[in-house]
Amino acid sequence: MGNDLVVPAIVAVTLVTVAIGFYGLRLARTTSDFLVASRVVSPTWNAAAIGGEYLSAASFLGVAGLILKYGVDVLWYPVGFAAGYLALLLFVAAPLRRSGAFTLPDFCELRLGSRRLRTLATVFVIFIGWLYLVPQLQGAGLTLATLAGSPYPVGALVVAAVVTANVALGGMRAVTFVQAFQYWLKLTALAVPAIFLALQWQSDGRPAVTPPDGATFRTATTVVVEQQAVLTLADGQTLEVRPGDELSFAEGEPVPEVSGVANGATDWLLPSDAGSDDRGLFGTYSLILATFLGTMGLPHVLVRFYTNPDGAAARRTTLVVLALVGVFYLLPTIYGVLGRIYTPQLLITGQTDAVVVLLPEAALGAGTTGRLLAALVAAGAFAAFLSTSSGLLTSVAGVISTDVLGRGSVRGFRLATVIAGVVPTVLALNVSGLDVSQVVGLAFAVAASSFCPLLVLGIWWRGLTDAGAAAGILVGGGAAVTSVLITVLGPAMTGWPATLIAQPAAWTVPLAFTVMIAVSLATRRRAPADIGRTMLRLHAPDALRS
Amino acid sequence: MAAEDALPAPRRPDPPGTIDEGVGSGPPARTRVVLAEVSRRPHWPAGTHTELTQQTRVGEALVRGLVRAQLALALQLSAVVLVGLGGLPWLFAIAPSVGRMTVLGVNLPWLLLGVLSFPFLVAVGWTYVRLAERNEQDFTDLVQRPER
Repeated sequence: MGNDLVVPAIVAVTLVTVAIGFYGLRLARTTSDFLVASRVVSPTWNAAAIGGEYLSAASFLGVAGLILKYGVDVLWYPVGFAAGYLALLLFVAAPLRRSGAFTLPDFCELRLGSRRLRTLATVFVIFIGWLYLVPQLQGAGLTLATLAGSPYPVGALVVAAVVTANVALGGMRAVTFVQAFQYWLKLTALAVPAIFLALQWQSDGRPAVTPPDGATFRTATTVVVEQQAVLTLADGQTLEVRPGDELSFAEGEPVPEVSGVANGATDWLLPSDAGSDDRGLFGTYSLILATFLGTMGLPHVLVRFYTNPDGAAARRTTLVVLALVGVFYLLPTIYGVLGRIYTPQLLITGQTDAVVVLLPEAALGAGTTGRLLAALVAAGAFAAFLSTSSGLLTSVAGVISTDVLGRGSVRGFRLATVIAGVVPTVLALNVSGLDVSQVVGLAFAVAASSFCPLLVLGIWWRGLTDAGAAAGILVGGGAAVTSVLITVLGPAMTGWPATLIAQPAAWTVPLAFTVMIAVSLATRRRAPADIGRTMLRLHAPDALRS
Repeated sequence: MAAEDALPAPRRPDPPGTIDEGVGSGPPARTRVVLAEVSRRPHWPAGTHTELTQQTRVGEALVRGLVRAQLALALQLSAVVLVGLGGLPWLFAIAPSVGRMTVLGVNLPWLLLGVLSFPFLVAVGWTYVRLAERNEQDFTDLVQRPER
């Protein structure tokens, strides 16, 4: 499938991003310029910047792909991604800003005064950052492969190289304007095609999303299978397909049922029932917990909060972020639903994450409109990869250069950036089979089981000790990390063990809280002596600060 | 641009009020900047101020009260979300007929999760910001009350 507008659109987005980065660099020459300049930025701009950095490949591509594949149960992904900002607002935003901590390791040292805890936090920041970077690069590889026909590694390598070079050479000064621009670009890139798609759906006579006789192919379609699956054809015959198999379907032919996918109307359209599907319900609650509580522990989200002038502004900014992100998340659902009608072949190929970029041409045809909209979507997708990857890479490289290499120099930071960029690139080239949103969901689970208890207890409970915090992070976060490693690298599992490992948050988050509280109570004497002063600093209204 | 200060590296936490601007010549040392505290002067009565910063019993009690009020507010609003959103999977699971209901041709779960949950979250957030700022205002009024 070749669309000659896609590559120019992607190149344009990349160049604009790099150019604004370097232009901003000339304007802001010192750290103080960078930080103080942000004081004149209104909460709205700041919030758009946070949203721009937050809306990643998982949001832009992955959510729609999951909805296409699994239906109503995965609507909890967008709800949770947005609700994470509410949890951040309620429990963390203002006190964290007032603490003056720039990163999570900073917060550990500031609140508990422990260097060892700082090191532990550093390890988790790096792990979460890498885990979150992998799906961004995967998404880039997938998008380029789908739209421009390049091999999968090309897109991943291009984004990795651009982002690493940009961050290492100085574009990492995440100028508020670049990120804010990325937010509006991403919103436009999904909203405009969505309007055209809805109109097209109207003019096609509003075809049913889940027709009673099952879905059919609207045009003659040839499918190249990319993931092993078992198909059940309309006549009840089963067919095992392997990657590389080619299948042809005539116009109007029913779409076969695919193993591992929500096929029928009831499966896809309706939530999982109790009794028949307790594991589905457990998975749903686990996902809710991970996304609600994980956002506050993501390294690139916290760094941005520092650009608020004070605690009250941090609160208002978070509220605006919540609204902006909420508006954005109305859109992927439309793509996932219409994908059921216009691109059912993706269920067979297994590349459901490609639905957002393929849908415009599939629904509107390969005319000028369809190609222009496809190019717009591709540009938005690349904005998503670039902005989130830059934010993550900056955070990871920052902690590597100060806390691992122990050098504060620019050369140290550049070395750290390269290290931080190479590892996820290698991983991304080797795990192309995982759903983008699921990997991101795992990163949220790790963040929710390690940094969420640290932040919440650290901010609200005087009794937290360094030993308690370390034990909680090690046990809860460690359990989540183990689950992630088993999911990504381990053998396939079935039944309850598979559910507990694939969606670990429902047991690892309570575990982390329990251990953190219990060990803190047991080591009560280690509580910092100046806790009263710290609490005053975290919670005193900005007007009273002196 | 190869100045040391180009790093967005994690800073060491500063004591409140530290202002250490990196305005200098040559390759400057790592710069520490504290935003909120710049251009803020203490403007609360000396007596209460001292009580807060010197960790007297009264000051301690004041801060504890504020923290408790803010935490209670946050927990109450999370309970609202917990019931309002967290109850949905459970509701759909025990009463599948609710999940089958349609409004304007759209199944209720799709409408609730895909559309209505977002304004709901924003409304809760907006309520929180208003009430949290009111708590802080009450605290400020208490502290700045003229000493008798």
